[in-house]
Parts: sequence; C-alpha cells; structure tokens
Amino acid sequence: MSALEEPSALAKAVKAVVLTACCAVVVVPFLGIVATSLASREDVTNAGGFVLIPRSINFDAYQAILSGGVVTRAVLVSLFVTVAGTLLSLTATTLLAYGLSRRGTVLHRPFLLVVLMPLLFTPGIIPSYLIVKSLGLLDSYWSLILPVLVNVFNVIVLRAFFMELPGEIIDSARVDGAGDGLILWRIVLPMSKAVLAVIALFYAVAYWNSFFSALLYLNDTAKWPLQLVLRTYVVNQSQLGVDQLGSGAELPPAEAVQMAILVLSIVPVLLVYPFVQRHFTKGVLIGAVKG
Amino acid sequence: MTARTGPSRRQRFSRDRFLVLAALPGITLLIVFHYVPLLGNVIAFKDYQPYLGILESPWVGLANFEGIFTGDPVFLNALTNTLVITLLQVIVVFPVPIALALLLDSLVSERLKRVVQSVLYLPHFLSWVIVVAIFQQMLGDSGLLNGFLREHDLATVNVIGSPELFKALITSQVLWKDAGWATILFLAALSRIDTTLYEASAVDGAGRWRQLWHVTLPGLRGIIVLLLILRLGDALTVGFEQIILQQAAVGAEASEVLDTYVYNNGILAGSWGVSAAVGLVKGLIGVTLVLGANKLAHRFGEQGVYQR
Repeated sequence: MSALEEPSALAKAVKAVVLTACCAVVVVPFLGIVATSLASREDVTNAGGFVLIPRSINFDAYQAILSGGVVTRAVLVSLFVTVAGTLLSLTATTLLAYGLSRRGTVLHRPFLLVVLMPLLFTPGIIPSYLIVKSLGLLDSYWSLILPVLVNVFNVIVLRAFFMELPGEIIDSARVDGAGDGLILWRIVLPMSKAVLAVIALFYAVAYWNSFFSALLYLNDTAKWPLQLVLRTYVVNQSQLGVDQLGSGAELPPAEAVQMAILVLSIVPVLLVYPFVQRHFTKGVLIGAVKG
Repeated sequence: MTARTGPSRRQRFSRDRFLVLAALPGITLLIVFHYVPLLGNVIAFKDYQPYLGILESPWVGLANFEGIFTGDPVFLNALTNTLVITLLQVIVVFPVPIALALLLDSLVSERLKRVVQSVLYLPHFLSWVIVVAIFQQMLGDSGLLNGFLREHDLATVNVIGSPELFKALITSQVLWKDAGWATILFLAALSRIDTTLYEASAVDGAGRWRQLWHVTLPGLRGIIVLLLILRLGDALTVGFEQIILQQAAVGAEASEVLDTYVYNNGILAGSWGVSAAVGLVKGLIGVTLVLGANKLAHRFGEQGVYQR
C-alpha cells in the first residue's frame, strides 16, 4: 500500500462536505444581509424580519442612508480616518523599519529595544485614556489615529523583509554614491511593494474597523465613525428616524436600513481584499515564522 | 573611553543620520503612547482625582489593590469569567485551525484550495461590531434560525440574550471570525515539511494516519508551542470589544471580564485608581506567563518566542 495513492472516495466526500459547510457558514450570512438590505417592506413582513431571498429588489434603504444624515456623515468620517491614518501609519512604519534594518548603525540597539518592549507589556486602558486626555485629543479625530499610528508587529514584519533584501544591490548603490534616503526610495521601496500592500491593508482595516477608541475618546456623537453608528442603530437596534436620515420621503423598513448600513461597512473591505490577499502568505509569514 | 578602531561616535551619527531621523517619528510615538502610559500606571498607587492630575493626586499605597487580594466578589466574578473563557478558547478554538489546515493541505487541487482560503480568511477582516450584528441576524429573536424554527412550529431559542449561552455564543463568534485566518501559519509550517519524510515513511510502510502522527504533527510542533505561549500571555485578555458590545443583553454576571471591569469601573464609574490597579496586575501576570511558558518551552527543546 503506497501512502501516496489517491485518497479514497469516502475521504474525498467527507472533505467536500466539511469544506462546503465551512464556506457556507461564512457566505450565507452575507447573502442574507445583502438580500435584506434590498428587500421591500412586504418581503420583510413575510419573512418575519430577516430575508434570505428577496422577491423584489429596491435600493430605497441605500438611498435613505446615503442622501445626507447620520450614516452619510459617519461614512465620510470613517473614510477620512482610514485614508489619513493609513498613509501616516505606512510612512512612519516604513521609515522606522528602514531605520532599524541595518545592524551596527548608531542607536540601533536602543531603538530596537524601544520597538520590541511593547510586545511584552501593554499599558492598559486607564493610563492610555489619561494620556490622550491630557494631550487634549479627546473629541478629535487625532485620538483615533495617533495612539495606534505605529503598530509594532508591522514594524517587525517590514524590518525583517528589508533585512532580507539582497545586500549586494544596496552596497553597489552606495558605492555609486547614493545616500540612505535615495536607496530607500529608489531600491528598497520598489522591491517591497507586495509586503507594503499587505501592511497597508492591515492598517486600513484596523482604522476602518476601529470601534473602541472612538467609543473611548469621542463623546461628540456628531463625530462618530461608521462602527459606532453600526453599534447604535444595528446592534442596539435604535430606530433611525426621518431626522437622522437624509431623505424626507417614506421610510424603508428598519431591517432593510440596518442591513444596508451593515453592507456599507463591509463593502470597502471586500473591494480591497482580492487585490491584497494573494500577498497574504508572503506578508504575514516573514514576521511570524522566521521571527 | 576604550580604544576603539573605526569611526568615532560623531562620525557614526553623521554617517547614519538618515536612518536615525527616519526612525525618530515612530520612536517618538511609541514613547508618547506606550511608555508614558506605562508610567501612568502609578495612579494604581494613588487616589486619582481628575482635577488634581496624576502628579498632584495623593498617594494611597496599596489601598487600590485591596479589593483584588481580599477577594472582592465583583472582581472575582470578572476573573472567573475571564479564565473560563480563556480555557474554552484553548480547548475549543485552538485545535480547529490545525484541523482545518490539515484538511486544506490534503486537498489535491491548488485552485480549490485557494478559493476556500479566500472565503475562510475574510471574516478576520470584519470588525467585531459587524460580526456581532451578523450573529444577531442569524441567531437573534427575529433572526434566520428562529424564523426557521417558527415556520416549522418548533420552540424558538434566544441565543443572543441568554446568560447561560453567552460563553458558547462568544466562543462560536471567535471561531467564525478567526479560525480560517489562523490556518495561515499552520499551512505555511505544513508546506515546509520535507516531502522526502513522507516518502521515506511510506516506504517503511506507514499509512496515512501514522504519517500524520509521526511526520506531520512533529513538523507542526514548533508553531503550536509558539502560538500556545502567545495565547498564554493573553490569558487574561479575552475579546474586549466583542464582550462590551453584547454585555447589555446578558448582564455583568455572565459577561464581565477583567478588561470590561476596568472600563466599566474606571472610565464609566470613575474609580480610576482601582481600575488601573486591576489593569496593572493583569499586565504583570501576562508578562510572567509568557516568560514562564517560554522558559518551559526552552526546557523541552523548543525555540519559543525568543531565543536564549
């Protein structure tokens, strides 16, 4: 009996069933959410709330939440924080990782220690809150960005990647008279596009999804990002009234509105995901397995 | 100074000035938002008064820690819940990605493998708010499950609002969100196992299950130990956002964990000192656990998180 033979038909069938079930558990809820967001009042009533297969399709819920009002504003806030935060994070992370990527430079060891220590000890909710407060960042969008601008884990991943780039190219550039800045810009960055894409996605997702820092630092509900609006109007089921929605027309069913907000919060992730995911393994593993 | 060949300190500064300047913004941010708050933990030893500030507030010694060590029931409840949830996650959640990775790895078709991976990784990128909302739609009162049960005249279950089911609920949420994503590391470790080992064991007459036991699992051992150590370091950190979102529905008795205790008592109720003390003890225990587990791993000949 060779163990390298084709698996038995039974084994194949079991695998197929298990994997299909796993995928269905992920996919079916999405379909249901999209279906409910597109459903009419009649559909919602018939289904008793959640619709899996809508009989008719209308975009009233989307129109209601996207024509000004609470949800529209929250989407804009989240987009702004995500874009600004990701750009700043990517810049600071790249510079820090590059600054630490060459052994034997001055301050290399103390800087490395500063970066590694946070992995061991997190400061805790209360002191973090107090620092943000004493810097006067409460109720400012900076409070969502600055405290999490540099993610230590991402720095380590990127530094490991930089250190594995072929040294000969960098050395020859230096012989040709290029400074460290030029080397970073012209040689290191172009060679690191894939891993930078993954790290940008990690940051972007973290900013887009950030919920607790907004809950902690933003008392002004007018400044709320999408995740807090989601919590209030979808998880806690507060009703969105006409005054919170943009349109003055007849309200679409509450369930459709809720699911439309949910879809809106998932779509940006779905849009970026396919472009980045083929790099995942490369990006994640450098830091994790090789350490 | 000792006699030293090579460039002087000043020369090295000027040689490396770009690298130092590049690192500075990041280093500054880490100091301000990580190291300064670490110092801020002194309020655990103070009667913190917001209008006095950290420095002016009076020292109270270990008074804030009293509740922790004298067994304040509210604190004990939070601690018990935390430990139960951690235990559930190690026993129930930890093995699933390993099994899933083995299953994916055994697929013959590369294409199919990639499709399944893309689907299973996705929930990792959704926020807890979204995950909780999705579970409400599936398992809530007017959700899919109860809709189905009602249609067939069966008794409905309120999974979302019952305290007895809370721990099972959050465990299944963690599974749904991250089990797929966690396979990524195991899959990489599997792809690194030398295929000649399989061939050799097959020649020696080992069947599939023996190969799994003698080749595959030893190949995964390093990464399993590493992840268990890291999990141990987070033993007292369990799903903060996830729990705070669902706490209202089930009450504190079933759902209060150390992190929510710190938030509810400190930020919301204003007992800053006591909450900071709990946070500090929690952090110290976490570090101790990681270092201890790592030492243990070294003793068993594993690499652990860092090398000796």
